[in-house]
Amino acid sequence: MTELLGDFMVRAALAGVGVALAAGPLGCLVVWRRMAYVGDTVAHAALLGVALALALEIGVIPGVLAVALLVALAVARGSGGRYAADTLLGVAAHGGLAVGLVVLSFVSGAQGDLSAWLFGDILAVGPWDLALIWAAAGLATAGLALGWTRLLNSTINEELAAAEGGDPESDRLLLTVALALLVAAALKVVGALLVGAMLILPAAAARPLVRTPEAMALTAAGLGAMAVLGGLRFAWMADTPAGPSIVVAALALFLVANAVGRMRRMVR
Amino acid sequence: MSSNLIEARGLGVSDGRRRILYDVDMALRSGEIVTIVGPNGAGKTTLLRALVGALKPSEGEVWRRRRLRIGYTPQKLTIDRTLPLTVDRFVALGSGAGRAARRAALETVGIPELDGSQVTDLSGGELQRAALARALLREPDLLALDEPTEGLDQPGEAAFYRLIDRVRRQTGAAVCMISHDLHVVMGASDRVVCLNGHVCCEGAPLHVTGTPEYRALFGLGTQGALALYRHEHDHTHGHVHHQTHGAVGTEHHRGRDHGHALAGSGGAQP
Repeated sequence: MTELLGDFMVRAALAGVGVALAAGPLGCLVVWRRMAYVGDTVAHAALLGVALALALEIGVIPGVLAVALLVALAVARGSGGRYAADTLLGVAAHGGLAVGLVVLSFVSGAQGDLSAWLFGDILAVGPWDLALIWAAAGLATAGLALGWTRLLNSTINEELAAAEGGDPESDRLLLTVALALLVAAALKVVGALLVGAMLILPAAAARPLVRTPEAMALTAAGLGAMAVLGGLRFAWMADTPAGPSIVVAALALFLVANAVGRMRRMVR
Repeated sequence: MSSNLIEARGLGVSDGRRRILYDVDMALRSGEIVTIVGPNGAGKTTLLRALVGALKPSEGEVWRRRRLRIGYTPQKLTIDRTLPLTVDRFVALGSGAGRAARRAALETVGIPELDGSQVTDLSGGELQRAALARALLREPDLLALDEPTEGLDQPGEAAFYRLIDRVRRQTGAAVCMISHDLHVVMGASDRVVCLNGHVCCEGAPLHVTGTPEYRALFGLGTQGALALYRHEHDHTHGHVHHQTHGAVGTEHHRGRDHGHALAGSGGAQP
């Protein structure tokens, strides 16, 4: 086993699959709640976490987790007021990305790695990275699984959930923490610019194939894992960048799933 | 006092720019059917949300009986099209009710054939019935219904009120609903609360329709829709008390100056 984990390709596949399995259910919730832009915002701002972690010489994943958590909480709180929610998210997303890039330029040795942070560097995942990625992804998934029914209820309608004795605010908090964990886990796999794709594409691809929320969550996880393995294989054979190749594979699955869904409707 | 399910004291809600509700004192008692009426923008939906706990009031407080079970149907239930959900599952998510009970509830609200349909394929009226089935399955102490007859035709509306009455008799649940249809409301309610930012008047339907506050809000007979927004200037607090004493003696009634949230007589709405 240890010998097997010594192979960078195996580590890459395991890291990608771990992220995909967590991103499936979380991505479904993000899509159902129309939070796609929130995922992007947290992911972009995570670059600032990378910069700070490198500057302070702490681990990148803990640094990203801390900043992602802060940004996610700020975004969850700071709605309403003068600006529409998507305007504020745009400010936070682009602002976080730009500030992160500027701060990174001050950190010696980080500039050369810029594309790794933006688009991921899954082939450079070390054994310790792999452990952290699975820990973060596993924690996020466990949180979602434990709170699944209440999350589903507050996703259907927050007022209805509250009137029935639920607590939509703490559901939102749970989702926010899970999102930050996933961003921290996925940053090294697909990079700040493509984390959102890992959330949205598999969930969107699963939609035409299913009739229940749970089936959509599991299908999204499965399709995400397929995209990771397919994308890695393609990157290996065609010598393309791994992160974008994974997302292209997910896009292909999305198109196929929609074609299948359309054919099924025509048959019926 | 002990039969109260919910009590609001000095309740106020503002959205930062505008006070939607202010100085609302009201109680819901077990087993009664209360209807909230009022013009557009009077804060009816906001009041119902605050009462059931779906919204935090900015002033005052709302007391709810411990372990109060509420069955709530929002005015508009929009479920994102990307969420795959059958009607049966939607209904099940509100309680631990078993399959047979869920079938019976869908039967009761008149959509037994839709249990396997996706909620996103339902019409507004069908979705509202599904929400009612979900609320009924919770075996609630209180049914809180926000414009439950919206989108129903007249026979459907009459059937709906018969259903509500039957549910109340069978389960003893209190019902608090918002309605626009004044005529039907009058026949179906024990108590009417007339709202316009605050409680303008409340009491038995026949009593409330006799108050100047009610007439000011809903017009005097056939003056039409404009009358809804017309501001009556010719009543005073003294006048109100006089009317109250002259009306149904035992009925609880509070009168208050009203209507200042709206523009002056005949003026445009803000």
